[in-house]
Amino acid sequence: MGRIAVKVDDLTVAYNYKPVIWDIDLQIPEGVLMAVVGPNGAGKSTLIKAILGILKPIAGSVTIFGKPYKSQRKHVAYVPQKGSVDWDFPTTAFDVVLMGTYGDLGWIKRPGLKEKKRALEALEKVGMLSFKDRQISQLSGGQQQRVFLARALVQNASIYFMDEPFQGVDATTEVTIINILKELRKAGKTVIVVHHDLQTVPEYFDWVTFLNVKKIATGPVKDIFNDDNLTKTYGINYKVSVQK
Amino acid sequence: MTSAQFEIQMIACLVAVACAIPGTFLVLRKMAMISDAISHSILPGLVVGFFITQDLNSPLLILFAALTGVLTVVLVEKIQQTKLVKEDTAIGLVFPVLFSIGVIMIAKYANDVHLDVDAVLLGELAFAPFDRIYYGTVDLGPKSLWVIGTILLVTLILLFAFFKELKMSTFDAGLATSLGFSPVIIHYGLMSVASITTVGAFDAVGAILVVAMMIAPAASAYLLTTNLKKMIGLACFFGVFSAISGYWLASSLDASIAGSIATMLGLVFLTIYLFAPDKGFIAVIYREKQQRREVMLITFLLHLKNHNEIEERHVNHLNEHINWQKVRSKTILNLALKNNMVRISDDVVTLTDKGDEFTSKAIDYILTNEHGLIEDMKKDFFLFRG
Repeated sequence: MGRIAVKVDDLTVAYNYKPVIWDIDLQIPEGVLMAVVGPNGAGKSTLIKAILGILKPIAGSVTIFGKPYKSQRKHVAYVPQKGSVDWDFPTTAFDVVLMGTYGDLGWIKRPGLKEKKRALEALEKVGMLSFKDRQISQLSGGQQQRVFLARALVQNASIYFMDEPFQGVDATTEVTIINILKELRKAGKTVIVVHHDLQTVPEYFDWVTFLNVKKIATGPVKDIFNDDNLTKTYGINYKVSVQK
Repeated sequence: MTSAQFEIQMIACLVAVACAIPGTFLVLRKMAMISDAISHSILPGLVVGFFITQDLNSPLLILFAALTGVLTVVLVEKIQQTKLVKEDTAIGLVFPVLFSIGVIMIAKYANDVHLDVDAVLLGELAFAPFDRIYYGTVDLGPKSLWVIGTILLVTLILLFAFFKELKMSTFDAGLATSLGFSPVIIHYGLMSVASITTVGAFDAVGAILVVAMMIAPAASAYLLTTNLKKMIGLACFFGVFSAISGYWLASSLDASIAGSIATMLGLVFLTIYLFAPDKGFIAVIYREKQQRREVMLITFLLHLKNHNEIEERHVNHLNEHINWQKVRSKTILNLALKNNMVRISDDVVTLTDKGDEFTSKAIDYILTNEHGLIEDMKKDFFLFRG
């Protein structure tokens, strides 16, 4: 096994004294395509947001390739939940993707030709080039998700965090997204996905983390994706037909 | 036009542009009411600033008032964070308290100075040309013009420098955070600009008109464009248009300038709300009507496609079977005929090849929700544009 891409130690996040995730220890090896699964309210999104510094943990630490997140931002890209932004915002698909280049630019500097070219390439990769000038509210849910993915691709990161990229998308988008995720893994990137559909876990992912406020288990799908862990995570007698 | 008239319009226009810029971002951040809160609660800041500086023209005074504006935002957010009340309630709690403290302070300690509640609420644009700045004996123009001009200049510089950051943190604060930009700094930067602009404009146009100037032009522009830069430009244009037309309305009616400008802002919004080509009231009604007709058309075509029996496709039986009123089935039949989707022979309606293809595609689209299928149909039909 290669390097550890993301290391989480004793991470606890609370809203108003109620822990949402509790004492999470997690090591994500470089180059895996990992699903984070757990019931509603298990703290899956919270975990990702805390790793990315969007939420402030009350305890614990996070390192990316052995260094604190702040110094490693450039290695990390984030695809938030689709519902987290206002899609009526007056902007185009191209413009949203271009925002992915802002991190490299830093304050004040404007995106130039190089950044615009990268944004167009990312749009092409997700099959959205012909929609580049479309206002974002005029896109379907799946197309919006692909725009978000393109925005993350533009960042050219080593680690990708995605919050439910498959939620409410059409079949074409689901296939496009999973193919891109697998390509990213092939290129040695680490991809961490909050995922809802347990049936597709063995097909899509090679690594999985079970989460329900506390960490239940983490490891290779073929070793730990079983009824025992599913039951521990989702409650009594959870049965899912696992195809191995 | 006298030079005083010119100066008043000039001030009103600068105020309009200076307000429209932060106003656009407030509208997009769904924080329009914050401007109302700021505009009222800067009053105690003005009074306290006056006690300390003893000078109504001091820049420190503006700074003090702007600080109260930012304080308002902080208080609203703190109350909101308790999760006991929602944002609108928090706003309703904070600014009347601060404003009334200001009113009491004026009544008690500042009766003899040129600060009164009327002026605070409605401004005194008509008197702005009398309060002038002199360099030695050289007349440099009205003080308000300089104040708002400086504020506008700073606003423009900040807008150009931080446009990208403002756009990103307004659209997606999470992304801004993860890329290492601080949305909190942007947020308070914007709130500071909004507060300073309010204070600067307030002297000329009063607390109520400031709110109108921040929100109405931005809201009007929002209905017309899907491009942020154009939205800012249009908001500035509507502000300036209302400022000038409002001035002349006031002068012809011999009424309050501030009131007339606000009225024009309202009229501009109303006009755009009614007639905007895409999001406007009439456009929406028209589109919905079209969509209803097209849903019916597809239902009708689908019926024809599903039934080979002659009696099901006979003209006289059609309205019975689909259960529509006669008038409606006639319009739909005509629509289908006009588009060459059906033909009638011996009173029996039959799908044409074109109609058959259209129906299959429409069904496919409805079942799969796949946009690619209908790209070429969009030109003809409203139904698929949404």
